[in-house]
Amino acid sequence: MRAAVIVFPGSNCDRDVKVALEAVTGKPAMMVWHGETSLPPVDVIVLPGGFSYGDYLRCGAMAAHSRIMADVVSRAKGGTPVLGICNGFQVLCETGLLPGVLQRNASLRFVCRDTWLRIEQTETPFTSAYRMGEIVNIPVAHGDGNYFCDEDTLDRLEGSGRVVFRYVDPETGEPTLEGNPNGAINNIAGICDGKRRIVGLMPHPERHFEKLLGSDDGRRVFESALRSVAA
Amino acid sequence: MKARIRITLKNGVLDPQGKAIQNALGSLGFAGVEEVRQGKYIEVDLSETDEARARAEVERMCRELLANLVIENYSYELTA
Repeated sequence: MRAAVIVFPGSNCDRDVKVALEAVTGKPAMMVWHGETSLPPVDVIVLPGGFSYGDYLRCGAMAAHSRIMADVVSRAKGGTPVLGICNGFQVLCETGLLPGVLQRNASLRFVCRDTWLRIEQTETPFTSAYRMGEIVNIPVAHGDGNYFCDEDTLDRLEGSGRVVFRYVDPETGEPTLEGNPNGAINNIAGICDGKRRIVGLMPHPERHFEKLLGSDDGRRVFESALRSVAA
Repeated sequence: MKARIRITLKNGVLDPQGKAIQNALGSLGFAGVEEVRQGKYIEVDLSETDEARARAEVERMCRELLANLVIENYSYELTA
């Protein structure tokens, strides 16, 4: 599997993602600078977490219009799986590849903690190695993760299995106020596009990639990608 | 021409920052503050001198970058 990680000025999880991808694939992941005009041939594209362009104007707004994104958008539309983590999710929303927007956390505070997610959709290139309904522990670290969209969009997402990850209580596995770190509508932590090839989520699977980090619950996001390319 | 652009949150979109400002105003003793909504104000100086063309340009700026139409409205005025 050839994977590319897009690096924006202010990305800070790009190398963690690279480590995770390389451990799973056994091959070097390409780091592609935002100023490039085109991507090499790749099987998977990852937009990493961080604070691209210092979160100026709105999180992800500047990165969404950076030079490399035209090719990312066209590859995504051509079916190349794209994963956006945290700031990467914000960028995907700003490009319009995913619907909705990530607003300021309801608490107005930066939140850095473990969250528990219920896997709501396994038919994506990034969740196929999970079991439907499984509860996994993956941490968040963001100030703007409060997912919001209009009612029609929400109905469409919920009605067509496009909510991929949902914040839940670890004991009951149900979406609760306490389980929701940012006030996201319907406890949404991650979604996908209509073709289920583009996935965005606020939590950081690369930060729970191996037991040494506290948990390896995030590892299968990357293993799923490998599996989807091999399949 | 100069464009003075206001970006505001759409009705029904939660505004936790506006709420926090409202609470702070209340604790400073300003009674009767019924609602606060926070937005952005952006000034853009344009070399364009034709108003119709400037207007078309500012429209596109707002739609493509300055406002996120999922949650925000924009309005602006142009002056010479």
